Amino acid sequence: MTDRLDMQQTRDMFLYVADQFETNKPFLTEIDSAIGDGDHGIGMSVGFANAGKIVKEKEFQTVNEMFHQIGMAMIGSMGGASGVIFGTMFMGGAKNAAPFAAFDLEAVTHLFGGSLQAIKDRGKAQLGDKTMVDALEPAIASLQESLRQSKTLLDGLREAEASAKAGMEKTKEYIAKFGRAKSLGERALGHQDAGATSVWIIFKSMREWVEGIHE
Amino acid sequence: MKKIVNDTNQVVTEMLEGFMEAYGQAYEKLPDVNGIVLKDRKEKVAVVIGGGSGHEPMFFGFVGEGLADGVAVGNVFAAPTPNTVYEVAKAVNSGKGVLFVYGNYAGDVLNFNMGAELCEMDGIPTKTVLVCDDVASAPRDRADDRRGIAGDVFVFKIAGAAANKGLSLEEVARITEKARDNTRSIGVALTPGSIPDTGKPTFTLADDEIEFGMGIHGEPGVQRTKLMKADELTDVMMKELLQDLPFARGDEVCVLINGLGSTTLMEMFIVNRRVAQILRELGIKVHDSDVNSYCTTQEMGGLSITLMRLDEELKEYYDAPAYSPFYIKKG
Repeated sequence: MTDRLDMQQTRDMFLYVADQFETNKPFLTEIDSAIGDGDHGIGMSVGFANAGKIVKEKEFQTVNEMFHQIGMAMIGSMGGASGVIFGTMFMGGAKNAAPFAAFDLEAVTHLFGGSLQAIKDRGKAQLGDKTMVDALEPAIASLQESLRQSKTLLDGLREAEASAKAGMEKTKEYIAKFGRAKSLGERALGHQDAGATSVWIIFKSMREWVEGIHE
Repeated sequence: MKKIVNDTNQVVTEMLEGFMEAYGQAYEKLPDVNGIVLKDRKEKVAVVIGGGSGHEPMFFGFVGEGLADGVAVGNVFAAPTPNTVYEVAKAVNSGKGVLFVYGNYAGDVLNFNMGAELCEMDGIPTKTVLVCDDVASAPRDRADDRRGIAGDVFVFKIAGAAANKGLSLEEVARITEKARDNTRSIGVALTPGSIPDTGKPTFTLADDEIEFGMGIHGEPGVQRTKLMKADELTDVMMKELLQDLPFARGDEVCVLINGLGSTTLMEMFIVNRRVAQILRELGIKVHDSDVNSYCTTQEMGGLSITLMRLDEELKEYYDAPAYSPFYIKKG
């Protein structure tokens, strides 16, 4: 079992995640068009494409450094609310966490865990506000639980993906507190949040890549 | 929807290139970001505006003499990046600080705040005034949740004039806030605009339907009804608008009838005629009227009505001369 990805593998995994956002651009655009302004899929694909370019060009000693650069590239290229929020998902935890020279369950838990707080501070969103926090927070809680139980990286990512998906599904039951869906009131019910969907895609893609090296 | 574009990923870049070909003698395009600044800059508080593209001539059309000094340009309907905001602010700061003025949208607030943090780290003092004139976007007791629409024009105008007078950052911010607090708008949508990248309309409305209060990105409004005559439609809008401040007999106001993209000047003047009648009947004096398409959403059909209540101080700054290729105020 490979429970730690070295920096080369971490880079390949991230490039796979980034590719999934190009693939999912129409899907995210459709979700966002229902209750948002329809630009989420475009923004995410632009952000991940730019982050992918940086990841390909540069050498990184630690996952923290790589995530910091990914976040900077996303914030610097996307604009919109999602640029700052998803950029912070990668760089928010990287600053204060201990340096990780490999990507394992501990690294992903601490890096994204620290980012969750940074996102909540910046965006002021709480659980139930119909934002990406609704998927990220349960995913982080699941990672922390898996870490306590010393689960494998793959199992940890599997469960985080399931938690993110459940959180994403729950956003259908919420009225939006932020962004353009806010003005829809109850008309937003029944529609899932695009940002929460992107969080699920990130975890799903990481799981798929790690699963791939096991086969 | 038919559009005259090349690569849809390049619409903003190519638009700015064309803008610079036309007006480059007065403006400078910053090298690494989508920021445009006025070449002729004075030693004064700098006013920086910005927001998503697709609303032209908003926002770059309000960089000029007696107006804003620089603009941070985002992608279509998306806020500019923090780095763009920072680079524009740095370029126009003369040492007296920077006032950010922009519409109250989540994405703009997040990115401008991060840009302002970068400025503070660099020792550039900043202040921010968020424009929130759209009365249909949230109830009066949640004015902080209201979006900025065509009222931007009046608030930018006042900010630019106050800065031009050589006042301190605190004073320019105070006067700009006063303009913001006295400005109200309401819109009506007839037909959608479309996103250049997808070609898709931003919303759908039946051929015989209109929606009051719909936002400039198709955010749902307060009431969807059958199309009505211009006077009836204007009466509905003015009722919402007047009761919000509320505007009262004896007040003096500036009026802006703003077209959303494809609505004709003919229609806009017909509405302005009715607005003037209503204000006259109510004993509200019109200091100045402007009928123009300043804040658009591509080929969206519809218009908004904006009123700004004046006092002596605001009147002085409103009347100060201003010039850009898209906005002229004679002194």
